[in-house]
Amino acid sequence: MARVTMTVNGKAVAGEVEGRTLLVQFLREGLGLTGTHVGCDTSQCGACVVHMDGAPVKACAVLALDADGAEVRTIEGMASADGTLSPLQQAFQDHHALQCGFCTPGMVMSAAALLAGNPRPSEHEVREYLEGNLCRCTGYHNIVKAIMAASGQGAAIAAE
Amino acid sequence: MPKDSGIGASVKRREDVRFLTGRGRYTDDINLRGQAHVAFLRANVAHGRLRGVDVAAAAAMPGVLRIFTGADFAAVGGLPCGWQVTGRDGQVMKEPRHPVLAAGKVRHVGDPIAAVVAETLEAARDAAEAIVADIEELPAVIDMRGALAAGAPLVHEEAGTNLCFDWGFVEDNRAATDAAIAAAPHVTTLDLVNNRLIPNAMEPRAAVGDYNPATGDSTLYTTSQNPHVIRLLMGAFVLGIPEHKLRVVAPDVGGGFGSKIFHYAEEAFVTFAARALNRPVKWTAQRSESALSDAHGRDHVTRIDLALDREGHFLAIRTRTLANMGAYLSTFAPSVPTYLHGTLMAGNYRTPLIHVGVQAVFTNTVPVDAYRGAGRPEATFQLERVIDKAARELGIDPVEIRRRNFIDRFPYQTPVAVAYDTGNYHATMDKLVAIADLAGFEGRRQASARKGLLRGLGVNCYIEACGIAPSHLVGQLGARAGLYESATVRVNATGGIVVMTGSHSHGQGHETTFPQVIADMIGIPESQVEIVHGDTANTPMGMGTYGSRSLAVGGSAMVRAAGKVIAKAKKIAAHLMEAAEGDITLRDGKFTVAGTDRSVDWGAVCLAAYVPHNYPLAELEPGLEETAFYDPANFTFPAGAYACEVEVDPETGRVVIDRFAAADDFGNVVNPMIVDGQVHGGIGQGIGQALCEGAVYDANGQLVTGSYMDYAMPRADDVPSYVVDHSCATPCTHNPLGVKGCGEAGAIGSPPTVVNAVIDALQRGGHRHVTHIDMPLSPARVWAAIRG
Ligand code: FES
Ligand code: FES
Repeated sequence: MARVTMTVNGKAVAGEVEGRTLLVQFLREGLGLTGTHVGCDTSQCGACVVHMDGAPVKACAVLALDADGAEVRTIEGMASADGTLSPLQQAFQDHHALQCGFCTPGMVMSAAALLAGNPRPSEHEVREYLEGNLCRCTGYHNIVKAIMAASGQGAAIAAE
Repeated sequence: MPKDSGIGASVKRREDVRFLTGRGRYTDDINLRGQAHVAFLRANVAHGRLRGVDVAAAAAMPGVLRIFTGADFAAVGGLPCGWQVTGRDGQVMKEPRHPVLAAGKVRHVGDPIAAVVAETLEAARDAAEAIVADIEELPAVIDMRGALAAGAPLVHEEAGTNLCFDWGFVEDNRAATDAAIAAAPHVTTLDLVNNRLIPNAMEPRAAVGDYNPATGDSTLYTTSQNPHVIRLLMGAFVLGIPEHKLRVVAPDVGGGFGSKIFHYAEEAFVTFAARALNRPVKWTAQRSESALSDAHGRDHVTRIDLALDREGHFLAIRTRTLANMGAYLSTFAPSVPTYLHGTLMAGNYRTPLIHVGVQAVFTNTVPVDAYRGAGRPEATFQLERVIDKAARELGIDPVEIRRRNFIDRFPYQTPVAVAYDTGNYHATMDKLVAIADLAGFEGRRQASARKGLLRGLGVNCYIEACGIAPSHLVGQLGARAGLYESATVRVNATGGIVVMTGSHSHGQGHETTFPQVIADMIGIPESQVEIVHGDTANTPMGMGTYGSRSLAVGGSAMVRAAGKVIAKAKKIAAHLMEAAEGDITLRDGKFTVAGTDRSVDWGAVCLAAYVPHNYPLAELEPGLEETAFYDPANFTFPAGAYACEVEVDPETGRVVIDRFAAADDFGNVVNPMIVDGQVHGGIGQGIGQALCEGAVYDANGQLVTGSYMDYAMPRADDVPSYVVDHSCATPCTHNPLGVKGCGEAGAIGSPPTVVNAVIDALQRGGHRHVTHIDMPLSPARVWAAIRG
């Protein structure tokens, strides 16, 4: 067992982990932040995406020890302190971009990372960027639409 | 002006807020004090005799609490099958025992052999690896034809055959159908495969068992679409726990698509082990474990013959299908290729004679059961593919040949038992032609051609039977369950309402849409209505959510219960206003005496019901709470027309879907935004089936596509944006809301659309020899087909 410390959603946290403990396990089981989900065992579904030092990572593919000292943001840290949804989260609700909600935390975290680097992506760029995030419910249409809307390009989606 | 509340409004989903902030509560998010963890040892061969399981070394490992094997479950029941099909020889289906943990033999890769319960998941997994299972490998049957060959190894020796049943429907049509086909001026024949799929809800299955020694109560938290069904099946048939000592909770569930209807071994195991160890016991599937243990879908091999006259009128349809059951009968498996498939073979068309033959086959593969659409996609795919082929052979436009055969009078009695109550297939086709811009296809085709790409157009229709189902009818057909739904409407003293429904939401949005209906009925804000679902402790016995039945059946139960509440409230209002009950009307949350300005508010009536100081106690009980059960009179029959345009690269075989349009008739719609989303999701899955997905076994029964490395899930850049429309609405005639159901339409309608489009592209591109390609239409398959 080894000790890790990191900042999660602005709060300093610490815990004891095994060498094999994954960041997603530390978040879910160690810190009780169960908003980050696990949908696969081959790092392909993206349900576990969080931000580490500002960059999106699959938390199932990062060892907790490797996140020692890092600044981590999870879905629980996306709304403001008074509970107001971020514009991106709000766009997901407005455009019905979630059904069962299981992929949603990862989708929001990936989309936030996309928009941080590319504030006005094309629909094609959004779809390509989401390659690593699977959703079984929505057929992706409304997820793409919500991200376009959050980027201020509400009318740009082809089929609307 | 679009409405902003009530029936017909695109109300934003209230449940989204918790999901968007990471505060959903899925089964794996539940951690009980003192909880132990389970790891299963699963068979790594498809078929073998289990000579012994040596757990000694594993049991001695640190943290291990106990290891269970098949012997521990010898005294409890097997996992039950909920539907008994009778074959055409009058013989009931073969129904071999399905033990919780394998006993005597293993029958598919993934069959659970032993379960380790340990202090930590890591300890459980380490110990599971240390168990030594002595398995004498036996030859396996994977391919269905091979399984039926003389001398094939038997999956279940006691059955004496791998043929589960041989079913014909409608048998009285058999000879006449054969004769009509023999005499027809034109017969189009197609051999096709409906590819085996893994449902892949994004939330892997999970289960937590808990036992309270003080009360003797067991609780199971599980990823289920129908907690009451699980309670009944597991309690009564497997573990022998009466319902009043067993609570099943299905909290937030991350998608189901059918795969979370069924009662699975792992649920029974954690419930059993929690009692045996007197500790909570938790299991969560790894994705690779899901692939080996969630019931798969589809897997039909079919020959279909369509007889036509020279003008393209359908004369008769005959199908012969092999349907894979896998190694055991999953909960509803026998119903899928039979009554959920044969009854839909008329499609949207007048065909006087239809005969459907299905042989269900045991193989050494994961059990196969309902997956989004369940039997109806298989029916639609055959029919809409063979019609396309026939149109081409006869030189008739694919839209025109369909129109020529549309049913246009309702009600319509099909030759396959069901009677459609209502529909308007020309209207949905007209709508499709407009929204898909079929007139612009030729221009787009030429533009594609200039890029060296072959553009094709696929068009088809579909019909489905939803709102399953009238209990007396399904009982005659072999269902061992009733298929009603229930609701309790509880009005609180201050006027707020809690609806407890037996239906379950795992993405469909009940928490938002059900209040829209109640709010409209009473005239109060939706915010005053809360929906409770998913817990047998606080909902009435209900059959759950599948078959696009939540609103058509569960919503009808809720409307009926609310109707009883309103009738009682009117009595109270009449008393309060000293008026005759028959003169009371309810509007906008206010009871009024007709023809006067005397009125009393909803809230005042509710308060009177619970503080009955001024109350007709001699005639009326206090309180305002009613329960209703609704058993549908018929199925509902949503229908529609879909169009798809693809570009095929003849150099690589790569297919890109450029446009997809869907015109559906769902009857009345409560929340159009949610309905659009259901259609999008269904189409996404249908495109996945058509282009990407396929569960592949090798000849030894190893699942080659056991993870997302190999099983191709559709991704955001595999699918286009969709144009969807459900404005052509013919309301259902036999439920109070006039609703039909929309959850499966997209997955039913879209696979043939995509395949029709690809074949059209290749035909137009001069590859005349390509009349069919089996799904998934991967670049390799398309390329190979082009090369002939
Ligand atoms: S759980 Fe991390 S990618 Fe699937
Ligand atoms: S909303 Fe269910 S998986 Fe995306």
